[in-house]
Amino acid sequence: MSDKNRLNGGLIERNRPMSFTFDGKRYSGYAGDTLASALLANGVRLMGRSFKYHRPRGPLTAGSEEPNAIVELRGGARKEPNTRATTAELFDGLSANSQNRFPSLKWDAMAINDRLSTFFAAGFYYKTFMWPAAFWEKLYEPMIRRAAGLGTLSHEPDPDCYDKGFLHCDVLIIGAGPAGLAAALTAGESGARVILADEDFLLGGRLNAETGLLADEDGVAWAAQAVARLRSMPNVRVMPRSTVIGAFDHGVYGMVERVSDHVAEPAAGKPRQILWRIYSKRAILSAGATERPIVFENNDRPGIMLASAMRSYANRWAATPGKAVAVFTNNDDGHRTAADLHAKGVKVTVIDTRPDAGVSPDYEILSGAQVVDTKGRLGLKSVDVQLSSGGTRTLFVDGLGVSGGWNPNVHMTCHQRGRPQWDERLCAFVPGGTMPTGLIPAGAAIGAFSTHAALNSGQDAAATALGDLGLTVTRPDLPGAEDAPVRVAPFWHVKGAKRAWVDQQNDVTAKDVKLAHQENFTSVEHLKRYTTLGMATDQGKTSNIAGLAIMAEVAGKQIPEVGTTMFRPPYTPTAIGVLAGRSRDKDFRPVRKTPSHYWAEEQGAVFVEVGMWLRAQWFPKPGETHWRESVDREVLQTRKSVGVCDCTTLGKIDVQGADAAEFLNKIYANGFAKLAVGKTRYGLMLREDGIAMDDGTAGRLAEDHFVVTTTTANAVPVFRHMEFIRQCLYPDMDVQLISTTEAWAQYAVAGPNSRKLLQKIVDPEFDISNEGFPFMACGEITVCGGLRARLFRISFSGELAFEIAVPTRYGDALMRRLMKEGKEFDVTPYGTEALSVMRIEKGHAAGNELNGTTTAFNLGMGRMVSKKKDSIGSTLSERPGLNEEDALKLVGFKPVNAEHKVPAGAHLMTKGAPVDAAHDQGYVTSACYSPNLGCHIGIGYLKSGDTRLGEVVRLVSPLTGVDHDVEVVSAHFVDPEGERLRA
Amino acid sequence: MHDLKPITPLGAADPRVDNVGPLTLTEVTSVALASVAARLGSEEATRKTLGELIGAEAPAPSRHTGDMLLAFWTGPDQWMVEAPIATHEDLAHRLVAAFGSTASVTEQTDAWCRFDLKGDDYPAMMERLCAIDLGNWQGGEVQRTTIDHLGCFVLARDARTLSVIGPRSSAGSLHHALITACRSVF
Repeated sequence: MSDKNRLNGGLIERNRPMSFTFDGKRYSGYAGDTLASALLANGVRLMGRSFKYHRPRGPLTAGSEEPNAIVELRGGARKEPNTRATTAELFDGLSANSQNRFPSLKWDAMAINDRLSTFFAAGFYYKTFMWPAAFWEKLYEPMIRRAAGLGTLSHEPDPDCYDKGFLHCDVLIIGAGPAGLAAALTAGESGARVILADEDFLLGGRLNAETGLLADEDGVAWAAQAVARLRSMPNVRVMPRSTVIGAFDHGVYGMVERVSDHVAEPAAGKPRQILWRIYSKRAILSAGATERPIVFENNDRPGIMLASAMRSYANRWAATPGKAVAVFTNNDDGHRTAADLHAKGVKVTVIDTRPDAGVSPDYEILSGAQVVDTKGRLGLKSVDVQLSSGGTRTLFVDGLGVSGGWNPNVHMTCHQRGRPQWDERLCAFVPGGTMPTGLIPAGAAIGAFSTHAALNSGQDAAATALGDLGLTVTRPDLPGAEDAPVRVAPFWHVKGAKRAWVDQQNDVTAKDVKLAHQENFTSVEHLKRYTTLGMATDQGKTSNIAGLAIMAEVAGKQIPEVGTTMFRPPYTPTAIGVLAGRSRDKDFRPVRKTPSHYWAEEQGAVFVEVGMWLRAQWFPKPGETHWRESVDREVLQTRKSVGVCDCTTLGKIDVQGADAAEFLNKIYANGFAKLAVGKTRYGLMLREDGIAMDDGTAGRLAEDHFVVTTTTANAVPVFRHMEFIRQCLYPDMDVQLISTTEAWAQYAVAGPNSRKLLQKIVDPEFDISNEGFPFMACGEITVCGGLRARLFRISFSGELAFEIAVPTRYGDALMRRLMKEGKEFDVTPYGTEALSVMRIEKGHAAGNELNGTTTAFNLGMGRMVSKKKDSIGSTLSERPGLNEEDALKLVGFKPVNAEHKVPAGAHLMTKGAPVDAAHDQGYVTSACYSPNLGCHIGIGYLKSGDTRLGEVVRLVSPLTGVDHDVEVVSAHFVDPEGERLRA
Repeated sequence: MHDLKPITPLGAADPRVDNVGPLTLTEVTSVALASVAARLGSEEATRKTLGELIGAEAPAPSRHTGDMLLAFWTGPDQWMVEAPIATHEDLAHRLVAAFGSTASVTEQTDAWCRFDLKGDDYPAMMERLCAIDLGNWQGGEVQRTTIDHLGCFVLARDARTLSVIGPRSSAGSLHHALITACRSVF
């Protein structure tokens, strides 16, 4: 059976045979073959089963518009379902399997659907499976999905990698057929930076699939020479296997380059595909045209294909569906297929719907005839023809080429809602309406169907683009070419057909389109959704027009009155992997490491992701088996003596300028103008709407120099907020901002012995005693014998505490030094968990409390919002709704039964009152086990909380089964008077 | 003199060097950085002082100029100044002295990591990482861009050498992205 349908000639490399399997059976083909061409050459026409009715199908096309020959390619984790056999490049060892069949392609049990087709008309599932409602999700939908559908996933991670990239050019040329090559040669010779992209692995478009297109030379040879010439130009980038998938704003195009799809697996480190973002000044759409089929009874049997595909297979791939074929056409183009196949020794009969189709010395032409039915269960065996005389004739053929005319590939012109226009002469839609900026369609894509017209149209498009860009146009000579007029007589479907396929991929018949009209789904968008016409992976490239034509006919309208649906990116199916690029698994996003990261790793720290930062959560010691043991120890050790925590992640923003203090007065609700140099102040920042945005401290290093700190999570939003205020609200203020978060390694040194520890490293000329460096002092100092540093006396833990900053590259060394010098004080590093426990014990608000719904009033900081000045959000914070008498207030909670937890997120209810949303009293925002108090504690918001201290309220969390009593207490569990931090 | 030992952005004692195909990727730690932003109304004075410091006109948008002290444009009336760390560890303090109250100066040395890419075909690798049109660069250009989600400066030192300056805390991720792209291309 091997090679039984292989013809002479073609562009395959016969000296490079390749072995492959389809459904486990071994076949051979050649380099240059596609899977579809190799299978056809091997006598295999049956390549798949249809979506709904499981009808046997073979390739309809020879390109990316293929609806039928959809297979699973490769195996294991590389298995890729729904791959078009017509574009899959053959490589040695390729394995492919048919899909959507059980148990085999030839004997598919689900083909019963075809027998039951009466019950499966368009929209059947909207009308059936209605009862009982609960069955839809559990039973009906899974059942339908199993019966219908395409390939299956491997359910394994994709072993390949994908790149993303960015390209720039003056002129992007989409499609390398005659028009594209002419455009590229013109733009290239004129010195423009050109990208020539084509989805095919062999550039040249129809030049490689036709004969006799050029007057004095071979089209294939001219295309090859043109490509070679273009490759030699340094200003031209020739990109085969590259599909432009979408036109986006400002001349940006998306393109997928299939780097390694034509080999068994990508080379190590090399991507399988690249998603390119192309920045173009002008783009030329020379995407060619797609032939459209005619709709007739049983027009979907394997062996029936587009006439142009049939001659592509014969001319380019030396393959044919059989040795006797017929061509069914309504235009002159079908006769090209007949002539080319005849020249290759295939017996041909032409059925032409036009009564004046003429005669040929080489093959029989049946003028004014129509195909009314076909036969052959797994492949075409015969075609029933209704002759112009009224009689019928049966032709015994293996293949039937169908040509209903050509549709320009306008897709890319519609990606920004451009509506194509109907061209009566061509019986096709051509580009129209508002096209993407800078896009110039050319060649067959605008209906310039002759080779002469396409070449010249491509050159003219390039000249237009070059002129727009101010470049001098050099017009290279173009070859003489055929210039046949388009002669087509509209013929969309054979009347009276019952099982005639409009959309072969989604199994939509002419009858379905009529049913949609009958049920009043007459809008073209409703037609699409009701019947699923054009909604498959081929986006209806071969079916849309026939669907519109049939709808127009039954509605008594013209095709342009029916309109057309919108094309959207991507032009062809695109792997999710290439959209993700390298951003997957551990490389999903970059990480940020703190200056003490490597040291913390050495200590066995357990890290947590905080935004992009990796922060040490706790530092387990040998023998500690539970995280709580480590955290409790870190807390107790810090409160007893001294602990060190890396707080570099807090945002640090350098604010300078003559108006720096006035600027801070604007961004903070509380006053900053009078802050003395060498002092730090806690500041609360409000959003424009009066809600608390972020809190932190600002230290004044000089009259015109502050350092603002933000929470880790809000470092970027706060910087953005400040830049907005600086640039847009107060452009007349002299203030300059820059982030210094990364420039300084900053450590909190907390605990009663923190000063003693710091005194060992701070150079002796700096007095950091309580008198010399009191609470909230800040200043520039040196440490360890001269390294410049910044010291802030601020405390998040509630202990005597400092934050010390050194240039980041010394952060690692400083941490090691602090640990070494702190040994005598039993110093401990502490992580974010201990940090959190200590701030909850102290009642300090953090992200959980500044949660985007709370105000200064809720936080108990209402009086901080200065009335003496205007600041961002201060006016709107006075809204009555934010200042009601029973507003939420931040308080603390202790369980009545010390064994109970106080989970964050649990809600508070008044004792004895109903437990429902209407009686909600507030909620717990942060909670922890306090090793100092020996019980769980929490802080949160309670209505009028500040007046309810001592009250016992009910804490409920229906989700986690919590329902117990807690006492309302001050949020300041530890050192409420603040004596420690001032010590 | 203090006795603390610095580490590189990649966390080692010495800068890292990688050779991939025709490219050499070098971690650069020998340069001090400080930002200079003109005070309101002192734009011309800032430009003049900056010009005197670098021995050339203050760089225009997307340009860098200078020799031992080099400045690159970072925004309207804003520049970053580079100098050898061996001699200018206190660069920011020196600039404060030079600019006085005409400009705001902020130390930026350790806010950034820098990787220099040397070789003939760096555009082929960089086009997998960022949207800069390197095909048009001759040397002397600078642009702010995004590489692997990270805000970076890219400078063309000359036709064969590119500096990628990115956030220090993400040096590991940035290095990984650069090396991955190198291996992907070469």
